[in-house]
Amino acid sequence: MDGQKGAWVQIQYSVLEPEQRSPFLPQETKMCPLLVWQKGFLTQEANVGDKVEIFTITGRKVSGRLVKINPVYEHNFGKPVLELLSTGIELRKYLEGDVK
Amino acid sequence: MSKDLSFMAVMSRKNEIMKRAVGIDYDIFESSKISFEYEKMMQDIGYSIEEVQTIQAETSVGNTQLIELRNLTNLARMAAPPGKGARIFIKDEANNPSGSFKDRRAAISVYRAKEMGYKGVLAATSGNYGAAVASQAAMRGLKCIVVQEVFDSQGIGQPEILEKGRKCEALGAEVVQLTVGPELFYVTLCLLEETGYFNASLYTPFGIAGIETLGYELVNQVRAKTGKDPDAVVITHAGGGNVTGTARGVLKAGSEKTEFIGVSVNLAGLHMASDKDFNRKQFTTGHTGFGVPFASWPDRVDVPRNAARALRYLDRYVTVSQGEVFYITEALAQLEGLERGPAGNTSLAAAYVLAQEMDADQIIVVQETEYTGAGKAPSAQLTFARNMGIDVSRGDPRDDRPGSRIIIPEHFSQIGIKDINLDDLKKSYIKKCIKNYDIKDLTTADFEFLAQDTKTNKKYVEKLIEKING
Repeated sequence: MDGQKGAWVQIQYSVLEPEQRSPFLPQETKMCPLLVWQKGFLTQEANVGDKVEIFTITGRKVSGRLVKINPVYEHNFGKPVLELLSTGIELRKYLEGDVK
Repeated sequence: MSKDLSFMAVMSRKNEIMKRAVGIDYDIFESSKISFEYEKMMQDIGYSIEEVQTIQAETSVGNTQLIELRNLTNLARMAAPPGKGARIFIKDEANNPSGSFKDRRAAISVYRAKEMGYKGVLAATSGNYGAAVASQAAMRGLKCIVVQEVFDSQGIGQPEILEKGRKCEALGAEVVQLTVGPELFYVTLCLLEETGYFNASLYTPFGIAGIETLGYELVNQVRAKTGKDPDAVVITHAGGGNVTGTARGVLKAGSEKTEFIGVSVNLAGLHMASDKDFNRKQFTTGHTGFGVPFASWPDRVDVPRNAARALRYLDRYVTVSQGEVFYITEALAQLEGLERGPAGNTSLAAAYVLAQEMDADQIIVVQETEYTGAGKAPSAQLTFARNMGIDVSRGDPRDDRPGSRIIIPEHFSQIGIKDINLDDLKKSYIKKCIKNYDIKDLTTADFEFLAQDTKTNKKYVEKLIEKING
């Protein structure tokens, strides 16, 4: 099994199918289901893709499809932006009167 | 008996769910057809400055530094006509426990929840407010759920919101992350019904009262440093709470001539509920997508009456482009040694320009900063922009196109602001208010309320209504 009982995982489930959504939406949004991603502790061992139950941090029981085990934080600092890197150097030159 | 959890059924229960979740009976403040007793509501339900100070001191919120930005002031003077270039000060709100001025709001909301015996608090927000509520809940021993709008339908998360989710988790909160859509409110209602938690709404009187100390402090700090009152305070505007709370605090400190200038990042052309547009912006709050609708119709929120009413306080409302805010963020870091999040520098970008219109001995205050980190930093957001097919290049900021082109200024003199016509927003607001009523039915109280809510006078309101009715 991918994940043991008590493993920290991420699940996904649908809250509203397209036909159940708010009537006042742009078409591209209305076509999609409203989905939720949540993290919690597995109540039973399971494989990725299985329908599972988790306990959330506040102790609620939530069900969904198991998508990730020990989910990594993927946001980062990105790549250096050349267009911003020279800002400080340029501004220093102006401040110190080297350039107008 | 299990409840009907369909979208329409839950939305129809909205008022009763909200009443139980915020503990306020708004009906008692309704006075006439349109008007309600705003000041009475703020006094009865809110807290005084002294009470707020006491509560915030208990959880280490507030009393942040006011820093003079001498290098940025000198840069502004170099771009300005002779004799112009006001002194630029910044209030370092990033030094609150969870890294933004939202801690002030959360401090009071969570205190209220604890006082009223709730077991937990819930906040529907993709912004810094979530972490603020989580932090205060941790301090006061309440459970916390934060509901965010994070992903598009492809499962791509906005990096800034992913960071905010991480932070909420780090502070012990449960985080519920949704795909794009206003039905976040429906999910919030379902969770409130299920858990019985307190709704730490952004728009209740106690939340706004929490921000008043920000305005109150900055006036006293400016007086101590300069011997004068601030000539202008620049405030990032989205939902209106920042503007309302800060202005009320400044006025309570007795600084009556201060001009209040709201600023939003210009995202014109992007639809806020669009799955396609969601990840084509680098600012998830403090932008025109919230700022304009919330100014012209404040009562669109989760509670029946919004305590955040920007048109009541704003003297001016301007926009800046995304590229200009990123540029100023670099300048703040490299010239003033303060690495702060870009979203918290929206008003700094405008203040830099506004200072050039003012005399050199005047004082302009930027009333916030926010923390920065993975997902929030300019490099993170601009890398994400490029990955989403947005062009990032140097040039003239006037060529900036929200959703397709981010222009980093080539020279500091290019940074500019665009005015949004407050008159148009006031007209739009008044039009919406009177839409369902016959003019003959409006009372004196209604006219007075509209005058106060638009920072105008009875004559202005009467003339406008005449014009609207042809």
